[in-house]
Amino acid sequence: MMQCSVTDSVTVEDVYGNDFTAPDQPAQPTRPAASDEPASFRDVLAADGRIEPRDEMPEGYRRTLIRQIAQHAHSEIIGMQPEGNWISRAPSLRRKAILMAKVQDEAGHGLYLYAAAETLGVDRADLLDQLHSGRQKYSSIFNYPTLTWADVGAIGWLVDGAAIVNQVPLCRCSYGPYGRAMVRVCKEESFHQRQGFEILHTLAKGTDAQRAMAQDAVDRYWWPSLMMFGPPDDDSPNSAQSMAWGIKRHSNDDLRQRFVDMTVPQSEALGLSLPDPEIAWNSDRGHYDFGEVDFTELFEVIRGNGPCNAERMAHRVRAHEDGAWVREAATAYADKRSRQARPPKAEEGAA
Amino acid sequence: MSRDWPLWEVFVRSRRGLSHVHVGSLHAPDAEMALRNARDLYTRRQEGVSLWVVPASAIAASSPDEKDSFFDPAADKVYRHPTFYDVPEGVDHL
Repeated sequence: MMQCSVTDSVTVEDVYGNDFTAPDQPAQPTRPAASDEPASFRDVLAADGRIEPRDEMPEGYRRTLIRQIAQHAHSEIIGMQPEGNWISRAPSLRRKAILMAKVQDEAGHGLYLYAAAETLGVDRADLLDQLHSGRQKYSSIFNYPTLTWADVGAIGWLVDGAAIVNQVPLCRCSYGPYGRAMVRVCKEESFHQRQGFEILHTLAKGTDAQRAMAQDAVDRYWWPSLMMFGPPDDDSPNSAQSMAWGIKRHSNDDLRQRFVDMTVPQSEALGLSLPDPEIAWNSDRGHYDFGEVDFTELFEVIRGNGPCNAERMAHRVRAHEDGAWVREAATAYADKRSRQARPPKAEEGAA
Repeated sequence: MSRDWPLWEVFVRSRRGLSHVHVGSLHAPDAEMALRNARDLYTRRQEGVSLWVVPASAIAASSPDEKDSFFDPAADKVYRHPTFYDVPEGVDHL
């Protein structure tokens, strides 16, 4: 069951809608030549229109979207684990109710995305198999542990904050069902980020120990959050094609910069520092400068060597297997009911 | 057959006076569970006052390949629009 730590599988990282590999891993199936693209497909993209499920599309476009949407969906459902870990230990009933609603939203986001992937002609059950066998990945950010309650705050503020920066442009993705799912997801994410900020704000204004706990969580989650945007643009082979196809709208580095620019002033409002001495406003660029991200760590986590890779996968597989009897019972009940079904009553004007 | 439960398309009426609008799909073993799952999945924030679930397999759709021939008959009938007609100066409420 510990497939999560195999390193020989295709290792493409999807970070809430980003798409990249570790450098020594096989590149993903790439596009056919542009000339293989159906004219109707090119016309729609040229007009910045949306491709819908039954439209003609190049095989590479379809495969790229299936992989990206599936891995985005996997990220959402694996993302339930680090925070789910704290539901039973939330410090108040208010926090507990909020956290349950947030974790339930993550499940919902996963389901929206699996539904969007299925419009491309794949089965959700097959996508889950690929997750469970390690052939498809989920965001490496969820391979970090939630050691303290403050981590729940840091995840909401930083991880969901980075996710929002990545996901907002995906609302305009050229593939209609993916864009529509992202609109729904983005509407719900803003509460996630605010509740995280509020947790940290409360702790930062609390006792010395609470403040230290908040600072420690930010110190641990800051760099992994920056890694969520993927490798630098020069080193991101899938990006150019995804941008040409209108799947991706901004480069990894642009999105990372946007996140830093939003987040630094928020950290000042919290009175917490970010663990990067190089952060400074650059008035020439009109952006914050920041230090170099250590991508060797990211690629190690993608390869399966993060702190919680094995634990996350084992938990996911166990939950799926433990739920088998529920799925079987529901199917058996539905079958029995349909066998017993009498002729349906006349419709009563559903509209 | 898929190893998953059948697929249902979900339509939500966001408030009285509006029609149901397609919002997405889900898997469920039967219509009753599909409705309950749709409630949990698509109306967690009071997005709807009424839900429809329809087996995806029961939907017949026009084909995008026939888009032109299928919809073309409407293209040359501009006289179906009020702007086609000349109205003399000074004639109101027409």
